[in-house]
Amino acid sequence: MSTYSASKTVALAQSAEEGAALSGRPLSLAFSLPAGGTGVFASLAWVGFGISCLWWPDIGDWTRTHQLAAAAFVISGAIFLATVAGSRLGRFNAGLQRRAPWLLVSALFLTLWEVATAKFGWLPLPFFPPPQSIIEVYTDDLPKLLDSIFASVKLQLGGYVIGATVGFLTGVSIGWSRSVGYWVHPVLRFIGPLPATAWLPIAFFTFPSSWSASTFLIALATGFPVTVLTWSGVASVSNAYYDVARTLGAKPSFLVLKVAIPAALPHVFVGLFMGLGSSFAVLVVAEMIGVKAGLGWYLQWAQGWAAYANMYAALIVMSLLCSGAITLLFRTRDRLLIWQKGVVKW
Amino acid sequence: MVAHALAEAVTYPAVGASLDVERISHAFDIDGNVLPVLDDVNFNVKPGEFIALLGPSGCGKSTLLRLVAGLEAPRSGVLREDGDPVTGPFPSRVVVFQDPTLFPWRTVWNNVALGLEAQGILKSQRQRVDAALDLVGLSQFRNAYPHQLSGGMAQRVALARALVNDPKILILDEPLGKLDSLTRITMQAEIVALWQRKGFTTLLVTHDVEEALFLANRVIVFSDRPARIKADIAVDRPYPRHRGDPRLAELRRNILGLLGLDATW
Repeated sequence: MSTYSASKTVALAQSAEEGAALSGRPLSLAFSLPAGGTGVFASLAWVGFGISCLWWPDIGDWTRTHQLAAAAFVISGAIFLATVAGSRLGRFNAGLQRRAPWLLVSALFLTLWEVATAKFGWLPLPFFPPPQSIIEVYTDDLPKLLDSIFASVKLQLGGYVIGATVGFLTGVSIGWSRSVGYWVHPVLRFIGPLPATAWLPIAFFTFPSSWSASTFLIALATGFPVTVLTWSGVASVSNAYYDVARTLGAKPSFLVLKVAIPAALPHVFVGLFMGLGSSFAVLVVAEMIGVKAGLGWYLQWAQGWAAYANMYAALIVMSLLCSGAITLLFRTRDRLLIWQKGVVKW
Repeated sequence: MVAHALAEAVTYPAVGASLDVERISHAFDIDGNVLPVLDDVNFNVKPGEFIALLGPSGCGKSTLLRLVAGLEAPRSGVLREDGDPVTGPFPSRVVVFQDPTLFPWRTVWNNVALGLEAQGILKSQRQRVDAALDLVGLSQFRNAYPHQLSGGMAQRVALARALVNDPKILILDEPLGKLDSLTRITMQAEIVALWQRKGFTTLLVTHDVEEALFLANRVIVFSDRPARIKADIAVDRPYPRHRGDPRLAELRRNILGLLGLDATW
């Protein structure tokens, strides 16, 4: 019974993107230092960043330089304490150890950024704002930014959920029923490959509001890949599974819900990932052109006022939201497709 | 023949169903060409009997099993289970295929539960799943996923998935064909034990003459495609059988002769 290795596979239960980014190798980047060595260096690097904020005078008029330095010292202290406390922190410590090289490198990057912009102006100024001016945006322009985040999330979520649901249902029906496939497949062929943004002008005057038009476009961008991949997933389910289920007394509804759909689910998730990517693009374009709210609109607005710091701030938020959404989807997949571990290399 | 008299004398528990294969012919359409696979096949199986179907590879034995299972309808002829014509799949006739075809997204327990779930009776009958897993000795692996099992274990799960339905006719389509020879010998004995304990009627398709003789009451030998019955041989030996039994060796020689392989003996 040596082939049974459930415990081993379960021990590997770690989400995929994390695995790719961090756990793959234990990063022997610790330069053969004793355990925690990198942590100490990271802590020092953050002190260095704090000092770089204070040492030279700012060449521009920014109000958050001192707070930024203070924050750097706090982070440095926290890293130092956590490193010294070491093994007493258990799992947290392991996570810190793994991330220490990244903490170190980000401190170095921030220092370089600070020096190159706020202190010596090596990079042309209005276009490359220093870190403190971005902090300033987050503190001073928070209400507007929050409104934009809320609007974007609402629009994206609504469109994505509608698109994914419709796409999934369409995909299952095409994959399952030949007559549905006969009618839907050509339409899909004709409309699907068209970039959803090409519909923008038409959508904005045919729909009652720009919000509903954008929801439709996001749903469209999501729906196409989800439909195609769900369909190909359902179509590629082995007949042997259906035979087994039928001899055991399964009715057609059971064959769809308990055989076709679970078997197709890995494909469905590929479609969901692709749909998410293309819907982000549509979201931003729709917000820039039609909807007067959301992060895309905020970007546009900031550009109009030449408020470059606001643009960077909004970009950072946007990337956090997008990668957060992808992570969420990965987690969901890991949950639902736990059986794939050990079958497929993730 | 004495053999028939002896087979007759053995009594079977009443769980199994009788099966009448009445003048079955079947063919496939391949690119517009009609390919006959079964030609006027005719035989009866008594309740609780263990029948092995032997024949050259690709002769249509497995097609016959699909017809018995109700997965396909024959071009002509009738199949009767306990006198009632077979019109479609029904859980009283369950197939174990050559590949275990376990659902990879279900745990072992949930795979075995498949039939009861499909029939909508799982909630009240959960203990039957546990019992079936016990029967094949895999209770400890109830939460494992199929990819974590060896070939023999997977096939045992497939057997449990069939037996949990308390079939009247168990249809075995070369279930041991892909297993290593040691596992195969073990599982042959297990199948005999299960059959004797449960009393279902069994139809086994196999390529392995020895396996057929070790397991079955009767061995039906088919010709090359389109399959026709060449011989219907009673195996008049009590269970448990011994592989070295001279009577089995004699039957084996006969059957290999029927299959055109006597030169090898």
